[in-house]
Amino acid sequence: MSENASTVPDDHVTATTDDRMVVAENVHKTFGRLRVLRGIDLEVHRGDVMCVVGPSGSGKSTFLRCVNHLEKLTAGRLWVNGELMGYRQRRGKLYELHETQVAAQRRGIGMVFQNFNLFPHMSVLGNVIEAPVQVKRERRQEARERALALLDRVGLADKSASYPRQLSGGQQQRVAIARALAMRPELMLFDEPTSALDPELVGEVLDVMRDLAREGMTMLVVTHEMGFAREVGDTLVFMDEGVVVESGPPREVLTNPRHERTQAFLSKVL
Amino acid sequence: MSTTTEPPRPPGEPVPGRPEPEPIKAVPVRYPGRWIVAAILLVLAGMLVNMLVTNDAFDWPFMLDNMFTEPVLVGVRTTLILTVLCMAIGILLGIIAAVMRLSGNPILVAMAWLYTWFFRAVPRLVLCVVFGNLGILYSHLEFGLPFDNYWMPWLGFDGDARFFSVPMNDLLTAFMAAFLALALSEGAYMAEIVRAGLLSVDKGQTEAAQALGMSRGKVLRRITLPQALRVIVPPSGNETIALLKDTSLVSAIPLTTELFFQLQAVGNRTFNLFPMLVAACLWYLAITSLLMVGQYFLERSFTKGDRQAQTGVKAMQSKAGA
Repeated sequence: MSENASTVPDDHVTATTDDRMVVAENVHKTFGRLRVLRGIDLEVHRGDVMCVVGPSGSGKSTFLRCVNHLEKLTAGRLWVNGELMGYRQRRGKLYELHETQVAAQRRGIGMVFQNFNLFPHMSVLGNVIEAPVQVKRERRQEARERALALLDRVGLADKSASYPRQLSGGQQQRVAIARALAMRPELMLFDEPTSALDPELVGEVLDVMRDLAREGMTMLVVTHEMGFAREVGDTLVFMDEGVVVESGPPREVLTNPRHERTQAFLSKVL
Repeated sequence: MSTTTEPPRPPGEPVPGRPEPEPIKAVPVRYPGRWIVAAILLVLAGMLVNMLVTNDAFDWPFMLDNMFTEPVLVGVRTTLILTVLCMAIGILLGIIAAVMRLSGNPILVAMAWLYTWFFRAVPRLVLCVVFGNLGILYSHLEFGLPFDNYWMPWLGFDGDARFFSVPMNDLLTAFMAAFLALALSEGAYMAEIVRAGLLSVDKGQTEAAQALGMSRGKVLRRITLPQALRVIVPPSGNETIALLKDTSLVSAIPLTTELFFQLQAVGNRTFNLFPMLVAACLWYLAITSLLMVGQYFLERSFTKGDRQAQTGVKAMQSKAGA
């Protein structure tokens, strides 16, 4: 660990002066002998939307899961909102954070999964108020009012008493977004949010995400929706075999890819 | 994607302009085998009833007279209390052991493994006898500092470092021994059932809860365990029934106020054993049936999300059909 890495914040740097929400520095991840991430350097700026595309197995979902420490990095450093994820750093030495401290770090990061992962034993309202009430100890009444407002925002105010199984995939994913927003996150992670949906339901989820981006939410989106990436994304990152092959403004990357592998991938999906 | 220009019809309504087709009328397939088997079974059932009525060994009036006497009813009470108590503690122990087993803490994992290993390996009958005879090991249960008989003299003190003691005979009554043997044994079986239940919950549930900032304990209490209960409840019903029947083992402790011992005692005393054995079957059948009713309602309440989804679908279908 270099002491003079001036471009990279130490842990608990004053977050307000830094407009970078996510800083990834040489992130590596291996599963046994499988090298999934092989040195990712990325910066997501406050209020920006970064879309990550790439062939399956390129490590984009794994990278996303590293951001909120669902996966532990094998090497490298990752800061969110100025905080080093999963570790405390003192005099060049790393100390693992306790599980409850990691949980506290995750509170400011919302995550939306490919398979929604709503809690099936709770109603829609129960899903949305669960974390605010149980984790943030918000008063049930306040959490309820806010949850209903959030459900209204994703167009599901009338479904608050339903159970997840009674909803379509698109509706479930919109509830999942509302559930993540209920924790007032400063960063939202989307892990292929529309990949498990029937084609005609993709639009309703993308609409919600578009609104969110317009309101200034910082978003890191792993997706296959090139149209969304082009229209909403501030940056497009193309990943392949665990490295960032190319990144830049979406229009540029999509219409004029510089790298051969990007060209090959885009010719298949566009 | 229809090519016609007519407006979409609600499903379930006939297409206008097309006559309703005639429902299919066909001769159903015959199953003569079913009739033959039914006839044979009918004859066998008749033979059974005939035997029950004509064979004097059943001695029904005697059975009815002795089935509800006070010692037998006390036996029923003991059996029920033991079942409920041991099952409650067994479930608690099972949850604790299963959570320890999945905790990732090597000390807790080893402790839980040892516990389930021992109490599943030793037969319940043997456990009952062992716990009934623990008094041989210690005449008194004493509380104090460990190994005081070594270090007290070494430090030059007289006496011991024990604060109070209870005679084992007062503490380890026959009922207590039965309770310990069955509850500890049940906990070991329940631990495996609870562990299976916890493992059956999709990993995405834990991840979603963690991503919301929930701690490990909260994830378990609020997300995983409630969903695991759906898988845990049906085999637990099985366990309850097995435990109910295994309470008949406690007469080996000996705890003699138990149901089967009491019925057998009446039979032995009067030299009319068989009717009392039939009475035992009937008692266990009755109690088990009662437990099954309880299980039915318990299972229903744990599949709430599913059921409401189903009724929702039905409501939509009936609305579409109307």
